[in-house]
Amino acid sequence: MLTYIGRRCLYMVPTLFAISVVAFAIIQLPPGDFLTSWVTRMESEGEKVDPAMLEGLRERYALGDPFYVQYGKWISGILFHGDFGESFEFGRSVTSLVLDRLPWSIGLTVFALIFTWVVAFPIGLYSAVRQYSIGDYLATTIGFLGLAIPNFMLALAMMYIAYRVFGLSTSGISPLTIGIAIVVLGTAGTAGTIRILRANLLDELKKPYVVAARARGVSERALVVKYPVRMALNPFVSTIGWVLPGLVGGEVIVAQVLNLPTTGPLLFSALRTQDMYLAGSIILIISVLTVIGTLLSDILLAWLDPRVRLGYR
Amino acid sequence: MTTVLLDADTTSSVEAGAETGTKNGRRTAKQWRLVWWKFRQHKLAMVGLVLMFGIYLVALFAEFLAPFGTSTFNSEYTYAPPQRIHVDWGEGLYVHGYTSTIDEETFEPTFEVDESQRIEIGLFVKGEEYELFGLIPWDRHLIGPEDPGQPMYLLGADRNGHDLLSRLIHGTRISMTIGLVGVAMALVLGIILGGVSGYFGGRTDTVIQRIVEFFMSIPGIPLWMGLSAALPHEWGPMQRYFAITVILAVIGWTDMARVVRGRFLSLRNEEFVTSARLDGSGRPRVIYRHMLPSFTSHLIASVTLSIPAMILAETSLSFLGLGLQDPVVSWGVLLQDAQNVRVLSTAPWLMLPGVAVIVAVLALNFVGDGLRDAADPYKR
Repeated sequence: MLTYIGRRCLYMVPTLFAISVVAFAIIQLPPGDFLTSWVTRMESEGEKVDPAMLEGLRERYALGDPFYVQYGKWISGILFHGDFGESFEFGRSVTSLVLDRLPWSIGLTVFALIFTWVVAFPIGLYSAVRQYSIGDYLATTIGFLGLAIPNFMLALAMMYIAYRVFGLSTSGISPLTIGIAIVVLGTAGTAGTIRILRANLLDELKKPYVVAARARGVSERALVVKYPVRMALNPFVSTIGWVLPGLVGGEVIVAQVLNLPTTGPLLFSALRTQDMYLAGSIILIISVLTVIGTLLSDILLAWLDPRVRLGYR
Repeated sequence: MTTVLLDADTTSSVEAGAETGTKNGRRTAKQWRLVWWKFRQHKLAMVGLVLMFGIYLVALFAEFLAPFGTSTFNSEYTYAPPQRIHVDWGEGLYVHGYTSTIDEETFEPTFEVDESQRIEIGLFVKGEEYELFGLIPWDRHLIGPEDPGQPMYLLGADRNGHDLLSRLIHGTRISMTIGLVGVAMALVLGIILGGVSGYFGGRTDTVIQRIVEFFMSIPGIPLWMGLSAALPHEWGPMQRYFAITVILAVIGWTDMARVVRGRFLSLRNEEFVTSARLDGSGRPRVIYRHMLPSFTSHLIASVTLSIPAMILAETSLSFLGLGLQDPVVSWGVLLQDAQNVRVLSTAPWLMLPGVAVIVAVLALNFVGDGLRDAADPYKR
């Protein structure tokens, strides 16, 4: 088990490195930098910018240096001092800005994941045990719809209904808004999860040991719950691996629509103003958290399922 | 028609050249015919197929089907509500006109449908000139007002007084093709990398699999947002369109590579591959003439399943204002107008492009699902 965990952690290192380079490269891509766009904004508002001050700022943020020097400064600051740099736009350290918002993001994602499971588990179970029943078809249809509706459309529609039918406003932090966000995010992954559970359980239910148990008169309920469900649950754990990146991404859009104080809208505005350290750090932090989440699910799976553990030897 | 290689146990029942034929007294059918037979049993997939064809036809004949061009607007009719088409058996089709009242405080006009006004509309009317397929100049539109100056908003108007129906129809073209182009690029990348990975195995395989895992573990949307925010503002619509497809393909190729690799791994040790190699076929020939054709149907299925994902991605990006932008019209661009609840409560019809997205994605998903089930017609 320890070897397995050690190995997985080692594999993570190059991935994390690549992510940090990609995150930094992306924010370097747009022509110009924060200062040039800041100057044009200032001038359009009729204010003069002192060239000496501009030069000072350029110096302070090391904007004139080549790519790898800037990257080196940024990444060593993060690794050795836990310092993600400073946001130009807000004039505060990125760490404090992100820390304000990250708990919301993580909370939303975790609850959305729980929502996905709570909804997907009984439905998947039902549609496998009662294959080709009306309920099964209904679940499949709803699953397809869930896949086809863009997250933000669902959020908009729910906001519209809340506003028109119940006269409630949905913006910023309120139990209603957060509830909508969780439901919207949760439904996106539900369809896929139901499908996986259903397919796994169906495979399991056809195995000889189930037939043998049934032939000996074990009650249907005990028969299903005792072994097949437990077997089918293992892949359930590994769904985190692919549900999580989608959830994190979806959260960015949904939070933008619902105006929630998560990292999504912050990233969005940082990208627009070319606030490079802020944008890069958010992309980096979100990606790293996703990778760690995936790792945790893999470890959990290896702990539950000895076949996975041994396969890695 | 190409000759299709089959699994070893069924090769005997296939005759090259004829679609269905008799051989040794047995009726035989080619693989594609079997796939089609199996596909036809999937009712939802058939519905999806019809819808899909319909949508692509709309995209093809957008100029003719839309009553107006994308840039035509009438600023007197901002947020005009949808009109209902009435049929008068003596005189033909007509819609009612509007009367507007200006709000004293906000100066925003509100519209009422005025039953006393009648605007004659007709089929195949003369309207704005356009070039069908970019070649044939024409000025007929499927439906439109008899007098081109009259307001006709069958699905309502947006904030500038554009006709939503026209823009929805024109948007079909961009939204439906961006997925195709993106998938085509993802497919090329996926086949090359997945093929190399699956055929050679070993260390090459490990490296490519690491890369795939890397791409899959990054949350896509923040990455897309970063990439598309990086597009220079002065880029023209065509450049932007192309750049967005590239961005979509960068993320989308991983699934394709996995499918291709899995297939290659399972086929590598099949007898027909060994015999092709023993016959002296070179590597490229074994891969492209013998192995690839045997899982084309699987590939088509996974391609069809990944188009909707790309359509959704483009819609989300454009909705956020990071993807395509006006004057290019796609469903996502149209949805930009539907950003907040206040606008939606005065003009709920602005959500209609979203309905178009859902219908298109559902149709493509059904088709893809049916194809996936039918891809292996020998499986019972």
